[in-house]
Amino acid sequence: MSQSFDIEARLKAALAPIEPPEELALRMESRLGTLVELAADELEAWELSAMRDPRNWPGAAIRPAAAVIVGVGAGAGLVVLRTRRRRHKRRAQAHSALDLAERTLRDVGREALRVFEDATPKR
Amino acid sequence: MATDAERAEAATQKRRLDDDFSALYKAHLRDVYSYAYYRVGNHHDAEDLTEQTFLQAYRHFERAQRESQGRPLRPWLIRIAHNLAANYYRDRSRRPQTAIDDAGPLAAAHTTEGLVEDRDDLKRILECVQRLPDDRREALIMRFALGMDNREIARALGRSDGATKVLLHRAIRQLEELVKDAETGNA
Repeated sequence: MSQSFDIEARLKAALAPIEPPEELALRMESRLGTLVELAADELEAWELSAMRDPRNWPGAAIRPAAAVIVGVGAGAGLVVLRTRRRRHKRRAQAHSALDLAERTLRDVGREALRVFEDATPKR
Repeated sequence: MATDAERAEAATQKRRLDDDFSALYKAHLRDVYSYAYYRVGNHHDAEDLTEQTFLQAYRHFERAQRESQGRPLRPWLIRIAHNLAANYYRDRSRRPQTAIDDAGPLAAAHTTEGLVEDRDDLKRILECVQRLPDDRREALIMRFALGMDNREIARALGRSDGATKVLLHRAIRQLEELVKDAETGNA
């Protein structure tokens, strides 16, 4: 037992911790600092690279396209509604079925123009 | 696409991770360097091994921190150094030929210990440590140079606590025999 204690004490003395050279600590801190900065830059560029990734394209493209479709649908609905509101007046004024069709088309065109003008931002 | 809040959260997490790694580095630079030094036997390669260990640790730190569940990361760091040292020997097909640089611990801290004052005795011990099988030598370095307990050594070597206890016991017994032989001139 005493011999075992002896060898352990001698081992502890022989295997004393080694202080790293100061220049190693400085070099390490510099290298790790550079890595941290690179990682921060990477984070900044993350969104940009996500845009470049084709896997992200469908979502990015579908959202604006869906907005256009919804807008066009709403505009068409408004044109139909406004045109229908004037149907009795058109029937009263029309001389024939052909004349009624022409008046209806003219109303559709007029209402479509109004909806388009209303949707266009004023300057 | 990430919102501003998500980006801010990611940046905060990154900063916290870097701060944690910086603390780990400061706390264990001496441990890693000591381990590397006693493994490779000279300052030049020990510095190289230490640098490589921390660079590799930085790459995998987030995952290690997540999987450690609050346990100390020193065994993980030493395991990286252990694997790199194994590659070092494999790549260069060598083992340290001498126990240790004379400019190393023999010239410095040891004289303050008081327990062993004989420089030749320290040198003999180190030479005998270098003659041990790799796993026994490593276990002794971890225990006596780094002050790691059985559980930490077990994690670093990827062994069970029981197997590590047996390994340490056998390493000390074998070292005793080697030292005895060296002292009686039988080596």
